[in-house]
Amino acid sequence: MEGAAPDTGRDDVVAPATRPVRTLLRDPLATFGLVLVVSLALAAVFAPVLAPHDPGAVNATARLAGSSADHPLGTDELGRDVLSRLLFGARWSLGIAFLATAVVTVVGVLVGLVAGYFGGLLDSLIMRVVDVLLAFPPLLLYLAIVGTLGPGVRNVFLALIAISWAEYARIVRGLVVSARQRDYVMAAIALGASSRRVMLKHILPNVISPVVVLASLKVGGVILALAALGFFGLGAQPPTPEWGTMINQSRLFLQSTPTLMAYPGLAISLAVLGFNLLGDGLRDALDPRTRRLRG
Amino acid sequence: MTRYVLRRLVALVPTWLGISLAAFLLAGLAPGDPAQLILNAELDTPPSEEQLQQFREANGLDDPAPVQYGRFVLGLLQGQLGTSFRSGEPVLGELVARVPATLSITLPAFALALFLAVAIGILSAVRRNSLVDHGSRLAALMSDSVPTFVLAYALIIVLAVQAGLLPVAGRGTWQHLVLPVLTLALGTTASLMRLTRSSMLEVLGEEYVRTARAMGFPSRSVVLRHALRNALLPVTTVAGLVLAGFVTGAVIVETIFALPGVGTLLVDAIFARDYPVIQGFVVFTGTVFLLVNLIVDLLQAALDPRIRLVHQ
Repeated sequence: MEGAAPDTGRDDVVAPATRPVRTLLRDPLATFGLVLVVSLALAAVFAPVLAPHDPGAVNATARLAGSSADHPLGTDELGRDVLSRLLFGARWSLGIAFLATAVVTVVGVLVGLVAGYFGGLLDSLIMRVVDVLLAFPPLLLYLAIVGTLGPGVRNVFLALIAISWAEYARIVRGLVVSARQRDYVMAAIALGASSRRVMLKHILPNVISPVVVLASLKVGGVILALAALGFFGLGAQPPTPEWGTMINQSRLFLQSTPTLMAYPGLAISLAVLGFNLLGDGLRDALDPRTRRLRG
Repeated sequence: MTRYVLRRLVALVPTWLGISLAAFLLAGLAPGDPAQLILNAELDTPPSEEQLQQFREANGLDDPAPVQYGRFVLGLLQGQLGTSFRSGEPVLGELVARVPATLSITLPAFALALFLAVAIGILSAVRRNSLVDHGSRLAALMSDSVPTFVLAYALIIVLAVQAGLLPVAGRGTWQHLVLPVLTLALGTTASLMRLTRSSMLEVLGEEYVRTARAMGFPSRSVVLRHALRNALLPVTTVAGLVLAGFVTGAVIVETIFALPGVGTLLVDAIFARDYPVIQGFVVFTGTVFLLVNLIVDLLQAALDPRIRLVHQ
């Protein structure tokens, strides 16, 4: 990411805000990703309106039923409507991923700004911590932390935040270090601008678009990690209709009713696919230099 | 080269200390009093206040945290990763005993993933925009999006339950390893394949490749003898990441296929609240990752003189 800050060439002069959007929409895969993400987000928001049933309503007479007019995707082992659970599950699965990504981005950017701007011992210390956190595959650390703290949404959230800021901090720091040497930043410092002002007004803008790209590329990974924790029974606890938790619950019925696992699996896959495609598209739209690599 | 190796080794020390600190702090997250937890595991009856106090003094649990951390690191250096609450056995021994089962699926999966990735990667680069290229791009997108456990269950349903070709779970014969290996390999092939492809495309545009073509070498020999060597350099970089992916994947795959590997040890420990094993797992895998990354870097430096020369 060295020197990945936007160069202030012609792009800024032409049409600063609309150009990336148009580039994004010219890319059919990215558009598809955007459509997927927006539809899933709408499904989550309007779950109470869209869901044909109460996601928690048990019906002993209609257990493990196939699809019907009343239950388009069938029912689970307690006779609950699978479609309604999936719709409400989007609130948990996507909501936590979204919230965690937002918090992690803010933390990572702040830490990276401070480390890169002030340098010195503080910077070295922070970067050592980052090295350690990035030395592990994240899911193993999530498992270890949630496994120690105990299962549940709160602890999953804490684990996500405790680990994932590191990658953002490393990238932001690199961008800050290179931005700090620009003439206009030097000039601002020489004119006596406060550190806070220099960081927020002059350096932060250089960081924003790479961070947006990183965050959009990472949301898919967060959704997968959440799903994996749910699958192990460490995430949201039943009867919460979180997608990973639903898959965990459906394991016993794998042979008799495989659709019980297939639908939440499909929902997770579509969500991750949507974010990955959107992230790729955003990267290409915001940083034209990477486009050549895709061929 | 020797100096480069030494410098890299020294650079590992702070990171390893950081890993040990992370593991040490992790234990502090466990709810409850450590003396109580350990004695509950050792004794059949709840410990008395007197026993608790005695245990704290004997094990220095009342010492300041930095002293305890120092003792923890000294213990680690002597291979002491603590004692499992459940079995009463040393954690290191338990971990080491589980390594063969994990390797029995990760090594074949690594070989398979590498073979598929390089073969399809080259093909997609050479026949750009062909059916193979589009197909591999689609497969890559899908395998990045489908969770490992969904893939595993899909393979179980199709290959084991419906086609009846393979056993669903368990171990003993080679057939039992096919599904776990396939799950692991398919999940990681995609990113390696796309990397091989883009790196190959870049190399194919180099002048020495054009020269080789101009000199009339057959296409196959240009690709496989001249281009491939350089195209594979970036692929080795990712080998460390692939291994990380495999260990994560192994935790899931071993759980689904009931294999007694390192991953199931972790999962069992989590549900038994066997904190020393969780902690030991973090130190153990962290150390393994550091060493693997070191080996990958050294391998790269050996393959590519530019790397070791730049760092001098």
